[in-house]
Amino acid sequence: MININGLAVEPIIGLEIHVQLATRTKMWCGCKRAFGAEPNSRVCPVCLGLPGALPVMNRRAVELAVRTALALNCRTAGFTTWDRKSYYYPDLPKNYQISQYDRPLSYGGVFEFPFANRISRVRIIRAHLEEDAGKNVHDFPGCSAVDLNRAGTPLLEIVSEPELHSADQTREFAVQLHRLVRYLGVSEANMQEGQMRFEPNINLRILKDGEIYTTPIVEVKNLNSFRALHGAVACEITRQVEGWQETGVVATTGNKSNRGWDDEREATVAQREKEEAHDYRYFPDPDLVPLELDEAWVAELKEHMPELPIPRTERFISEYKVPASDAPALVDDRATADLLDQAAEFGGDKSTLAKHFLSFWARHANERGTPIADLGISSKHLAELARLQCEGTINATATAQVADQMIARVAHRFSGGGHESSSESEHPAEAKLSPRAIAEQLGVLQSRDEDQIATWVEQALASNQKAVQDAISNQKKLKAARGFLTGQVMTISGGQADPKMVGALIEEKLAEIGQSKV
Amino acid sequence: MAAVIDEEQVWHIAKLARLNLSDDEVQLFAGQLAEIFAYFRILDTVDTEGVEPLAHALAVTNVLREDEPADSLCSEKALANAPQREQGFFRVPKVLDQGSGT
Repeated sequence: MININGLAVEPIIGLEIHVQLATRTKMWCGCKRAFGAEPNSRVCPVCLGLPGALPVMNRRAVELAVRTALALNCRTAGFTTWDRKSYYYPDLPKNYQISQYDRPLSYGGVFEFPFANRISRVRIIRAHLEEDAGKNVHDFPGCSAVDLNRAGTPLLEIVSEPELHSADQTREFAVQLHRLVRYLGVSEANMQEGQMRFEPNINLRILKDGEIYTTPIVEVKNLNSFRALHGAVACEITRQVEGWQETGVVATTGNKSNRGWDDEREATVAQREKEEAHDYRYFPDPDLVPLELDEAWVAELKEHMPELPIPRTERFISEYKVPASDAPALVDDRATADLLDQAAEFGGDKSTLAKHFLSFWARHANERGTPIADLGISSKHLAELARLQCEGTINATATAQVADQMIARVAHRFSGGGHESSSESEHPAEAKLSPRAIAEQLGVLQSRDEDQIATWVEQALASNQKAVQDAISNQKKLKAARGFLTGQVMTISGGQADPKMVGALIEEKLAEIGQSKV
Repeated sequence: MAAVIDEEQVWHIAKLARLNLSDDEVQLFAGQLAEIFAYFRILDTVDTEGVEPLAHALAVTNVLREDEPADSLCSEKALANAPQREQGFFRVPKVLDQGSGT
């Protein structure tokens, strides 16, 4: 319950999500799925709805749908069927949409995600397969124009129970779902291209004088950004409170309405109700035979499920010792998270590796507008660089320098400086990217040569007698003096001395000098 | 047996199907449809206790194709039968919203 205008209000929000599946071809025909192609160039008799054309199910679409259903903990139907949802609209060439009505492909799931320091648990009513419509274009005066390239694109419709209770929570649910479908590889989910679209159902329970009043349900159609989704839900909550205060109208059967989102005014707007639009006259599609999802098929799909983003985030926090706030940056892109896991398999300190991902590798990736996985650095070299730093072979500054060089050399190789090889041993071009080799060339390898370091320490002590005196005679100044002397050694060595060894040697020398004075 | 379809329902269905019917036609079809429905009622006499509704007339399932691209029509062919076109698009009367939002 939240407080609005002095009233206790509980928003009740359910979400319908449409996700275009990442198949190569459409749901019922071999036309390529393509965004931005020349209008009406990816169409055939089937998706144009020409007489006599017969649809045939795309196996891949079914598999991607099942994969999503499994990730949403849905039960898959052993036996699922196709129905025609009839309505007339220019973007719908057959005058019906092939969808699933009473025997959907999956149902009864639940999706859990972290929100506001708790786990939100939202039940999924169903996830079924259907086809997308074409596109109406309004760029020409005096008419509308129709492009049917999108018609017949496989679409997964996911319907949640109305178990969300705020605009923030609704957006987080959508964000997590977006990440999930990308992770599963079932959709590119590009929001700009309309590959994922949201339709929230919103109403309120208002408590006043011990009575509960329920406002009429509003469905906001076709939202294709998280910002619009959040804005639409927030706007509806305020609008419905005010509406109820003004009119006292409560929900009855038949007073559900549709609204659209006006991006410029940042408000929901009433949509002209298409008269009797909801009378879809569903009936079984005689052109399509039922689909049986036997256990073996489902089990095989289950076997190839990747680790899902939310459990993976938790694992990264404990295994790589990264702060919870940073973990999503490592997990969000699946290929990058996979690369991190692969690099970690080479052994060494995982936390150092993760820190590299979050700092300079992230910076290089941002500069190039790619995920870290696309930088072209192998897991082996990522691991090697982390190991060099952990062992103290190079310091933090040098580590970042070596990384810069690795990136520069990859760029050179990609611009034609290298050549392909399939030999087992490391290719010369690969060897050039070796962090150790680069560190050597840059002269940043830290010296662990004890004699050399001893000479530097001698030099530093000899030319800084005051600090030496402070260190041995004044307990209070000891720490500062030691730090100063270590800094001097590092300067003399040009940063190459291993600071740990320097520290130990200075301590030893100071003890010696102290002894001899007694 | 009472008529299961009246004129009001015929108006409704005609509207959904974008059919422009005259009063006479509505009256005619209401009568005809009522007769057809009455005829189907014969099926009510069959005992279907414990019988699963049939999902499809054919006892066939899982007719699937692989996700392999096939040739599409070129846009010229796709538009060949269109009453009106506009720069590679099907031209239709002005509609107000963004799409059917399936």
